[in-house]
Amino acid sequence: MTGDPAVMAITAALLTRPAPRAAHPPVQRVVEVAGRRPVGAYVELTLAAPEIAERAEPGQFVAFAVGGETSGLLLRRSIAIATAGDGEVSVVVSAAGPGSTWLTERQVGDTVDVVGPLGRRYPMPPRGTPALVVGGGYGSAALLGLTAALRDAGSPVLAVVGAATADRLCSVDELGALAEVVVTTDDGSAGRQGWVTDAVATVIGQVGVVYACGPMGMLRAVADAATAAGLPSYVAVEESMACGIGVCMTCVLPIVGEDGRTRFSRSCTEGPVFGGDRVRFADVGALPWDVVGADAMGVVAP
Amino acid sequence: MTATETGVHGHKRRFEVDLRTALGSVEVPSPVLTASGCSANGAELEPFVDLTAIGAVVTKSVQLRPRSGRPTPRMAETPSGMLNSIGLQGPGIDGLLSDDLPWLAERGARAFVSIAGTRVEDFAELAQRLRGVPGVLGLEVNISCPNVESRGEVFACDPVAASDVVSAVRAVADPAQPVYAKLSPDVTDIVSVARAVTDAGADGLSMINTLLGLVIDPDTMRPVLGGVTGGLSGPAIRPVALRCVWQVHQALPEAPILGMGGIRSGLDALQFVLAGASAVSVGTAVFNDPSAVARVHDELAAALAQRGFASLREAVGYAHR
Ligand SMILES: Cc1cc2nc3c(=O)[nH]c(=O)nc-3n(C[C@H](O)[C@H](O)[C@H](O)COP(=O)(O)OP(=O)(O)OC[C@H]3O[C@@H](n4cnc5c(N)ncnc54)[C@H](O)[C@@H]3O)c2cc1C
Ligand SMILES: Cc1cc2nc3c(=O)[nH]c(=O)nc-3n(C[C@H](O)[C@H](O)[C@H](O)COP(=O)(O)O)c2cc1C
Ligand code: FES
Repeated sequence: MTGDPAVMAITAALLTRPAPRAAHPPVQRVVEVAGRRPVGAYVELTLAAPEIAERAEPGQFVAFAVGGETSGLLLRRSIAIATAGDGEVSVVVSAAGPGSTWLTERQVGDTVDVVGPLGRRYPMPPRGTPALVVGGGYGSAALLGLTAALRDAGSPVLAVVGAATADRLCSVDELGALAEVVVTTDDGSAGRQGWVTDAVATVIGQVGVVYACGPMGMLRAVADAATAAGLPSYVAVEESMACGIGVCMTCVLPIVGEDGRTRFSRSCTEGPVFGGDRVRFADVGALPWDVVGADAMGVVAP
Repeated sequence: MTATETGVHGHKRRFEVDLRTALGSVEVPSPVLTASGCSANGAELEPFVDLTAIGAVVTKSVQLRPRSGRPTPRMAETPSGMLNSIGLQGPGIDGLLSDDLPWLAERGARAFVSIAGTRVEDFAELAQRLRGVPGVLGLEVNISCPNVESRGEVFACDPVAASDVVSAVRAVADPAQPVYAKLSPDVTDIVSVARAVTDAGADGLSMINTLLGLVIDPDTMRPVLGGVTGGLSGPAIRPVALRCVWQVHQALPEAPILGMGGIRSGLDALQFVLAGASAVSVGTAVFNDPSAVARVHDELAAALAQRGFASLREAVGYAHR
């Protein structure tokens, strides 16, 4: 796909700058579950984790060891930070497989081994820039800290929150306290019927920057809409991660760098927040010839 | 809300066991190292582990040129283990020499550099370029890559190809840098490969590398990994790794062994030492616990003390008595 002059022209005119490195390194702590509450189809856990809460920046995530000390589930589960403050961090977990199901079963007073905060934050726009935040499913929770930060920086915020069904929405009330919220569901069981991207199309003309968190297909659609409207966008990706701290190289995506060249960048340490125009969504899961180092893999230019 | 955050290691105790060991001719203060490809080139572990206190950082296998690695998905979790098909993503030797090795050297961390290639000359050129580089303690030769000149057969599966690589590396490598050959368990007779590479001049043996495995997604009914097959690692492979260390130490008691494969705790590490390893690497366990390398060191010290060993050296191969 890339390599043709049209795409080269776009990469030459990237709208986003890479997300900044976190101000503080992560810590590993065994912490207590201080609160647990079901939210629709998900479970919100609150952790008493002052050092993580103090360091957390909007867009960052934490990584949990699951299943107990001798568990056969070895890999950590990465979960986006929803809120952080007053010594506590909250996360919203969807019970998808054995690891995340174990997490949703933690009760108040249980302890969990957590590493964080990890990854890079959502970059802030110039003060006062009107912003659009777009959340899909439990991804909406990860936009809470960002929305509050944007508000504090004088940005009016519009939020579009979508899910397949009403019970898969989350953080709608919390976002409503900080921003004007439009809700969409695929089946019409809450808010407007349709996709988040339909609602995005109607409001994108009113903002100067776009942020998103949710499934890959949604991120791609939102990023494309923003880029087509000439707006910078930042998306938090959710790529399969084994370590979450940058040592294993499992979580890579084809990302266009500042020099215009594409690299397999780690979504745990160079991300999870990437400029929407820097992620080569169409090439996720492929090995395009123009990725740095593809030649050494025997991949040649077509 | 009462906030309780406890350190992962809890309290630190001092044990009277002498944990010093050697990698070939070079002394190191701790027998616990990282494993190649499981700690990148060390920097990301700095928040969790004192890099100068561990035996060495074994760097991700480096090749001559930058490599993108394979397409995603590159990982599948399996019972007590995982499959990976990373495909040796890395910056190439220029990047390692300009960024990672100076970074480690500045901190006083020891680097055991893993080198990889697809032809014998690649390995030799890498060894040449690492001569005299500050902080480079030694070389681990990852012979688990396909040999382009031999229909893609993995070097480590053929005693002749494996010894060709090792003798070429030993011939040009800095004489002060011990050369360890990293063996694959996917062979009929690991002892014959071990013997071939020690005859070719290997100063020690690293074992084991991952075992070739496969996972199929029952929903898509296709292999999960972009690379179809991948390397199996983690506690699931520990009995295989331990068996390899046992067999090789039995046959070649003088050959130093860097043991690895599923080490998660001090007692796991102790088993490798008792089987004949004089040092160990912790790989996949780092993904579960980023401070695992330091924790395994402390737990190994405690385990040796509890068993009445005054030094690690006394325990090496003790299970063969
Ligand atoms: C940066 C980031 C933020 C995330 N935020 C949230 C969140 O706020 N809430 C939430 O419920 N989940 C979140 N996830 C997904 C979560 O980490 C789990 O991986 C997912 O719920 C799968 O559940 P499991 O481990 O039980 O599945 P299993 O199938 O047992 O997982 C096996 C392995 O595959 C990985 N994996 C499987 N599915 C996914 C997926 N969709 N995304 C990433 N890795 C996957 C797992 O991490 C694990 O290593 C996030 C993932 C990332 C990378
Ligand atoms: C993600 C991953 C990447 C690896 N990359 C390398 C590598 O580049 N070179 C190498 O010699 N071994 C590599 N290995 C193998 C490990 O160094 C080690 O031999 C193996 O995983 C067994 O140890 P463990 O069970 O403690 O992980 C890799 C293993 C994993 C899991
Ligand atoms: S998850 Fe290990 S490098 Fe990103």
